[in-house]
Amino acid sequence: MAGEKAPVEKNPGKKKAGEKKPAGQKEGGEKKKKVKKHHASRNPVLARGIGRYSRSAMYARKALYKRKYTAPETKIEKKKKEMPRATITKPVGGDKNGGSRVVKIRKMPRYYPTEDVPRKLLSHGKKPFCQHKRRLRASITPGTVLILLTGRHRGKRVVFLKQLGTGLLLVTGPLAINRVPLRRAHQKFVIATSTKVDISGVKIPKHLTDAYFKKKRLRKPKHQEGEIFDTEKEKYEITEQRKSDQKAVDSQVLAQIKKVPQLRGYLRSTFSLSNGVYPHKLVF
Amino acid sequence: VFKRFVEIGRVAFIAFGPHAGKLVAIVDVIDQNRALVDGPCSGVRRQAMPFKCMQLTDFVLKFPHSARQKCVRRAWEKENINEKWAATRWAKKIDARQKKAKMTDFDRYKVMKAKKMRNRIIKHEMKKLQKLASQKGKKPEKSEKPEKPEKAKKPEKPKKAQKAQK
Repeated sequence: MAGEKAPVEKNPGKKKAGEKKPAGQKEGGEKKKKVKKHHASRNPVLARGIGRYSRSAMYARKALYKRKYTAPETKIEKKKKEMPRATITKPVGGDKNGGSRVVKIRKMPRYYPTEDVPRKLLSHGKKPFCQHKRRLRASITPGTVLILLTGRHRGKRVVFLKQLGTGLLLVTGPLAINRVPLRRAHQKFVIATSTKVDISGVKIPKHLTDAYFKKKRLRKPKHQEGEIFDTEKEKYEITEQRKSDQKAVDSQVLAQIKKVPQLRGYLRSTFSLSNGVYPHKLVF
Repeated sequence: VFKRFVEIGRVAFIAFGPHAGKLVAIVDVIDQNRALVDGPCSGVRRQAMPFKCMQLTDFVLKFPHSARQKCVRRAWEKENINEKWAATRWAKKIDARQKKAKMTDFDRYKVMKAKKMRNRIIKHEMKKLQKLASQKGKKPEKSEKPEKPEKAKKPEKPKKAQKAQK
């Protein structure tokens, strides 16, 4: 057995050495350093699942004692080695305090809860607002005339432009007709009429998003209490950008509105209910 | 007192039920409450129908009782009932009611504007006449009255034409 083993070992050893080059040359087309041919198993099988040699014997036979590799250090690991600063020296005022103190940057927590907060299981299907599905009623298409029901422009008839990312509807008077600017409206508080304006050729600037329309609030009361009320915007001022955007969109929309007879007057008028008029019986 | 009678050949309008709004001819009487009825040109199969849901029209066809559908159809087309019906005021009123119910918000606005314009014209003419009447006295008043209804008819037409257009 031993006699047999020795030549078996040597031959594959020679094969290895011999085949390094041709194997290397074969794969040399791609990479020259790469994989040498693997040796057959050095652990003869006695029965299925049972080898002749033990783990430690195999370690010796495979000469793993001289084949120890470490994985190349990744960038992340390199960065991890660069230890972040734990302390920082800060200057301290006062005469007899000695000029500086050494302060820990990451301090120990000041409170350790006595009970472990039970970890909440992942809830199913509860998504944050940004991931909600936005729906749009089939009756509302670009160019539809809508009747606003709430807000300061209630009762006014207005042209629908597009639905924004949060699901609100971008709407315009146009301003010249009924003093409704480019504005957001909520789908639920709007009646969609069956009157449509052809807006297919109208290009709406891409920067009109929810962030553009969001109400801005200043929250930096570094002053004493007396001045807090001044810094928050009381009076809303129309920015030049809004004016220019309004003009750009309205000029296109107005051109389309003028093509339909009486539509301009229709948009100028307001909607109201009177005696004997029932919304469930009206066809909009 | 009664001018329209239930008889063979009487054309009736169905007021309610699955065939509401259609015209049928009475072919035969079954008993006190029901009639055998057929409407080949209005899409009603030959069937029994209670008198309650039928409203009699002015038209009568000539065919013998229990005549088959072919005869009823022939009589119907000979009399041109469909066209005669469409020309009656009854049918026109039904049509107007349906149009009014279908009016969209924009249509209502247009009608409002047309009505307003019409009323203005009428009022204008009235004021003119009243002025004349107050100036001249009794005799010229009588001769001026027949002019008023003529002028009232003119503004009616543009309003109806607008309604029909939408």
